Amino acid sequence: MSGPTSLVPVLYSPQRVMKYDQASPVPASAMEGRLSFSILAFAPGALGAATCTVDKVAGLSMYHKEKSIQIKSSASALHNNLSVLRIVPGSLTYFTVVHANVVNMVSASWDGLNFSHRQLQSKEGNIAASSSLIMQASWCVLPSRELLVLTSQKGIQMYESDGSIMVYWHALDIPEIPTAQAVFARGIAAVRENYICVGVSSGSVLVFDVPSKGSNIMLSEVLEEHREAITDMASECSGSQEGIADLVTADDSGILCVWKSGEDFQLLNKIPGFDVCCSSVKLWKGTVVAGYGTGQIRLYEAVTGILHAEVNAHARWIYSLDIAPISGLLLSGAEDSLVRVWHLTLIPETNSVEIEHLYSECVTDTQICGAKFCDGDGYAFAVTGYDLSEIIRYTQA
Amino acid sequence: MSSRTLPLLFINLGGEMLYILDQRLRAQNIPTDKAKKVMNDIITTMFNKKFLEELFKPQELYSKKALRTVFDRLAHASIMRLNQASMDKLYDLMTMAFKYQVLLCPRPKDILLVSFNHMDAIKEFVRDAPSILNQVDETYRQLIEMYAPLSGGEVQLIRQTLLVFFQDMHIRVSIFLKDKVQNSNGRFVLPTSGPVPYGTQIPGLIRIFSCAGEEVKRMPFPNGGSYSSALREGSFEMFGERVIKLGTNMYSVSRPVETHMSGTAKNSAQHTKVNTAPNPLAKEELNLLARLMGGLDVHKAAAADSGFRVNLFATDEEEEEALISRPEELSYEVLNIQATKDQQANKELARIMGEFTEEAEPSQGPSDKGADLLAMMDGL
Repeated sequence: MSGPTSLVPVLYSPQRVMKYDQASPVPASAMEGRLSFSILAFAPGALGAATCTVDKVAGLSMYHKEKSIQIKSSASALHNNLSVLRIVPGSLTYFTVVHANVVNMVSASWDGLNFSHRQLQSKEGNIAASSSLIMQASWCVLPSRELLVLTSQKGIQMYESDGSIMVYWHALDIPEIPTAQAVFARGIAAVRENYICVGVSSGSVLVFDVPSKGSNIMLSEVLEEHREAITDMASECSGSQEGIADLVTADDSGILCVWKSGEDFQLLNKIPGFDVCCSSVKLWKGTVVAGYGTGQIRLYEAVTGILHAEVNAHARWIYSLDIAPISGLLLSGAEDSLVRVWHLTLIPETNSVEIEHLYSECVTDTQICGAKFCDGDGYAFAVTGYDLSEIIRYTQA
Repeated sequence: MSSRTLPLLFINLGGEMLYILDQRLRAQNIPTDKAKKVMNDIITTMFNKKFLEELFKPQELYSKKALRTVFDRLAHASIMRLNQASMDKLYDLMTMAFKYQVLLCPRPKDILLVSFNHMDAIKEFVRDAPSILNQVDETYRQLIEMYAPLSGGEVQLIRQTLLVFFQDMHIRVSIFLKDKVQNSNGRFVLPTSGPVPYGTQIPGLIRIFSCAGEEVKRMPFPNGGSYSSALREGSFEMFGERVIKLGTNMYSVSRPVETHMSGTAKNSAQHTKVNTAPNPLAKEELNLLARLMGGLDVHKAAAADSGFRVNLFATDEEEEEALISRPEELSYEVLNIQATKDQQANKELARIMGEFTEEAEPSQGPSDKGADLLAMMDGL
């Protein structure tokens, strides 16, 4: 384990929940001191998505639903189809959700009262003839600047964070006649000071060197370790500089590659897959958190590939994982219409990581395609799903 | 996204169309020999070799309009005629049924089992016609060869491409409402119970391992549903049990088909936006359509006296009412209307359309020549 620091959940204490738990009518033995829930009621939501809190403990609901944010067009069923950027000085939160060939952008004031909308079309450099489907939109936060990165069937677009100016366009090699093997870019991560990495359907990982300002973005390296289409990638999110691993990349066959960034990216470890697609991946304090098509979540030590935990988390394909780096809360969303919140704990004595289940929310009749925390503590999170024209937010009670 | 999506879209929508037509033919007491001819003619056309060659080439998905045009042609490949309201309704039912199957299939790969359920049923429809059966079997082999080796991730991409195609379609279907698998707002019900997909464990268990790989702790958690273990895996061979029921025939004479258009009014703003957006693919689309239609050979002699009309509504009055009251945003604006009206439209398509008209209607008067397809169908 590389440089584990002790973890103190900031806004949320698991002990407090256990106390409430014991007061519930369910036998404590069956609960193992963990939050228990069952579906109680179906409260129809304003616009189609009814949500129900899955919480049996009287009076205690770790998160409660806030007013939804309407978006201009519905979310497509794409992995990790929600990106959140919090602008601290202006207390603004930006959200993006992909709809076919359009990106819906919403900025919301922190009180949730004011919204402004913008839609980005996938205009592909000068290719005016056709408009391609977008695979992913994600904000990349570098110390010097924030960029909005879009990946599509034609290439990679980088915008200023408000979506106003496209600063860079990278075209993919598109064969003249369509081939059986689809061509697209998917998987986006900002790494360290100046890198943005983007995955490609061939399995390549493109490394872009991004200057602190201006549009002089350069493709600096192409990493060729994956044989299958890249699904997702993530950089170390704890902000810790001690860790050795900076980046983890995942592909359709479930293989995970762990990288050290630099002028030349160095492969630290390759964690085998089991021919099960890894759809979403995160890296937190040297631990890889991977979500799979089978609904499982696995925790690996990044550098050694040691398996710390395996969770039968969801009944369907997982679409999104997110980590609140300060509190160590983990969010997972899947096609089974559930979002779950977990708590990760580093155990320095054994050099391992443990995970416990804290909370579940059923977004009724919605195949969840995007779920993200809105802040580093995990005080609030946002969710969207296929065919849904809204972003549903939950905050801690 | 995936360039391998069109064959599955076409075969499954075609399968659903055949289920509905079969039900309507029986419900309207069409003589067996005529009903049989309709089914055989449509299936022959659907599995035409040249047509399927075009279909199986890697390509982007058609727009809704282009695909609707293909199915208009297919539905009228025999002596049966549908007027516009019935054709709209038929297409609504087909698309919502397949949307349901795509959305609900337990894991992406099960879309293939849904397709095989349709293929099995199609084979059953033509079991007495060996030459057509051979045609269908040929396609069946092609499907298995093409899709069975794909990884879960690749099939998920196909599924996601299909879901983009079906996005924002919320037409309510009575059979789904009655079965409580669709809500009154048009969204499908997603169960949090029943068997988990093949290869998935029932949620609710955390296992912690030591650095040596030994399991050191097991912690259950409540999963919020009532799931059961996965069923056995369905067969991905030509024969064998598919296990999943999605894609099998849900209609019978006693269960008539019905749609409710009113439920979509809520989303009208969205529909309008989607439909009026300028489509830069229009030309490309016409080219694709032309290639495909070129393969869609229709060899028939629709003598006026042997033809008949099938209605997807209980009465003709209802059908007429449906045509008038259909919300504008649901209008399919079938492409061939534009193609024949617009002089600038793709010449290849016009040529093929012309060929079709002459070849298909040799005994018809000159007034029918070059007439648009829908008008011609309604005229019968």
